[in-house]
Amino acid sequence: MHKFFIRSFVSSLVLLFTFTVAAIAKDVKAAFVYIGPTGDHGWTYQHDVGRKAVEAAGFKTTYVEGVPESADAERVLRQLANSGHDVIFTTSFGYMNPTNKVAKEFPNVKFEHATGYKREHPNVSTYAARFYEGRTILGTIAGTMTKSNVIGYVASFPIPEVIRGINSFTLAAQKVNPNIKTKIVWAFTWYDPGKEAEAAKALIDQGADVIAQHTDSTAIVQIAEKAGVYAFGQASDMDKFAPKAVLTSVENNWGPYYVDRVKAVANGTWSQKDTWHGIGDGMVVISDLDSQMPADLRSKVKKLQADLASGKVHSFTGPIYDQKGNLMVAEGKTADDGMLAGMMTYVKGVEGDIPK
Amino acid sequence: MIKIVKRDQPSRAIFFFTPVLAIFLTLVAGGLIFFVLGFKPFEALKFFFIVPIADKYGFSELLLKATPLCLIAIGLSFCFKSNNWNIGAEGQLTFGAIVSGGVALLFYEQEGFYILPIVILAGAIGGMLYASIPAILKTYFNTNEILVSLMLVYVSKLILDYLVVGPWSNPEGFNFPETRQFSNSAKLPLLFEGLRIHAGIFLALAAAVISWFVFYKTYLGFQMKVSGFSLKTAKYAGYKGKKMIILVFLISGACAGLAGVGEITGPIGQLHREISPDYGFTAIIVAFLGRLHPVGIIFASLVVAITYLGAETAQIFMQIPKYTGQVFQGMILFFLLASDYLLFFKIKFIGSKK
Repeated sequence: MHKFFIRSFVSSLVLLFTFTVAAIAKDVKAAFVYIGPTGDHGWTYQHDVGRKAVEAAGFKTTYVEGVPESADAERVLRQLANSGHDVIFTTSFGYMNPTNKVAKEFPNVKFEHATGYKREHPNVSTYAARFYEGRTILGTIAGTMTKSNVIGYVASFPIPEVIRGINSFTLAAQKVNPNIKTKIVWAFTWYDPGKEAEAAKALIDQGADVIAQHTDSTAIVQIAEKAGVYAFGQASDMDKFAPKAVLTSVENNWGPYYVDRVKAVANGTWSQKDTWHGIGDGMVVISDLDSQMPADLRSKVKKLQADLASGKVHSFTGPIYDQKGNLMVAEGKTADDGMLAGMMTYVKGVEGDIPK
Repeated sequence: MIKIVKRDQPSRAIFFFTPVLAIFLTLVAGGLIFFVLGFKPFEALKFFFIVPIADKYGFSELLLKATPLCLIAIGLSFCFKSNNWNIGAEGQLTFGAIVSGGVALLFYEQEGFYILPIVILAGAIGGMLYASIPAILKTYFNTNEILVSLMLVYVSKLILDYLVVGPWSNPEGFNFPETRQFSNSAKLPLLFEGLRIHAGIFLALAAAVISWFVFYKTYLGFQMKVSGFSLKTAKYAGYKGKKMIILVFLISGACAGLAGVGEITGPIGQLHREISPDYGFTAIIVAFLGRLHPVGIIFASLVVAITYLGAETAQIFMQIPKYTGQVFQGMILFFLLASDYLLFFKIKFIGSKK
């Protein structure tokens, strides 16, 4: 009798435990809201790769693609919050206000907004990647590989994120080649293959023999392939679209962060955070280096990558001057996150003005 | 044997029956597509057309979505009835939103009952100004209004881009392409607590009533109809064609501008790059599906609005790609145009008698 009691007690405890664990792991549902189609091979594609990592970790996921940043975003968010999702990732800047608005109405649902700065309620976190670290690597490669000393750069919108990338890229290129100039064309779009291709052609006509991009489509690397100049992949590894032109790509790797955050919701340890991860945390990944690059450049890049990851090297280490020659960061100092977040001036060596 | 015979006169019954037929055929074809894609057709159609409006919130979202579509389509019906092919409602919407948004920003952090009427009026004027460009070019320089109005859509979007990126961008917004949020006095009042449906719906209904009155009770409406049937007849009758062309464009532009006002002072509350998911183009489908009749347009705007909502629900619950919504909109127009064939021809079944 006594033995039986203990045995059943223990087994029911074990059962209870397994059930709770199973319930926790299975019950949490994550939703993802995308700005573009999952097949864009750029921004949305990489977020969807991250979502698949969450699925692989044993959680259920839902996604809605092509959600415009108009009045529709709010309805999609509310519907997801209303239909049993515990955490919702909104993966475009324009979802910032709707995310905060809906978060207020659903205090039990966690919201994670990519690239924004508003966290108006305790259930809203923001996250972004230090892509500028990747651009330090691209700048180093571009500065070494260019023969014309003119580097083209297709930019999207004049926001700190993009200006920071241009600056970090130019500083790194200047370090290996003081004579280079960075020419910018503003495409005023994140994704428009036609416009991006036009911008790339204009830059090539102006003598650029390496093209960098801060827009998402594969049009630019394909134009570069045709024109016989070098280029870099954006967001995903674009090597297969232009095997000769693409020297490497900066990949957005959201998977580890997504799995972490969904697990935190499952364990009840989720709390509001503002995450800004770089190469060190694996959110920014450098693809394979092309064999057209000389071996010593490749080993230099590998070392730079390790130093950026460990924090030994910072992309913005002084002395840094702006276009007019004013000191931005003093010798031996590095730019702090506040300065990086609000960066709205070009460094010396970038041509042209920031559109106003 | 089947024989196709030309009708002596277009059938009036068929005229109102074909939109219903088009919707029915769209449902059948949609079910087929779902089946081929490997989804259960009836379940998919349920998530597409019933689930999104099954509760009070969903229904309010349907009305919210239908409001701009109805408003623009009513405006377009003035143009289309009189043989003026205004394809640029999207541009008129955008420009109306720009003007009214600019006025709303002037009143930033100010309160007062007089602000909202000024903001609304500004939007209507903005839309009218923008619609007057293709109208004047058409009347005085004989340009093609389809091309001009369509091209101006892209111009208006670029102007909006310029403004929200540059001079009007939120000074505290880290240069992201958006303006400040409008003050509460510059926003349309909400009809119910917790729902997004706003007073803009009354603008749409008022436009529908006014259009009915103009079409069927005024001399202008008669002139429009005659011009629609035959421009030569209108000329022969001595109608002042130029005046009428400009007038219908102005009405159409005002309606589109008001739709833009409804979006930015309603659910959005600020200006940014994406204020309309192409309402101006979708409203063309709505206008034709509604047979350019105010009542028809109200129903058509609800039908087309549901394709937007249904696409979202179907993706959330059944993982059906969201772009199916656009496929449905395209199919509705396609089947409508195709079944319009029946207006002018009838199909006769000639059985072989035993």
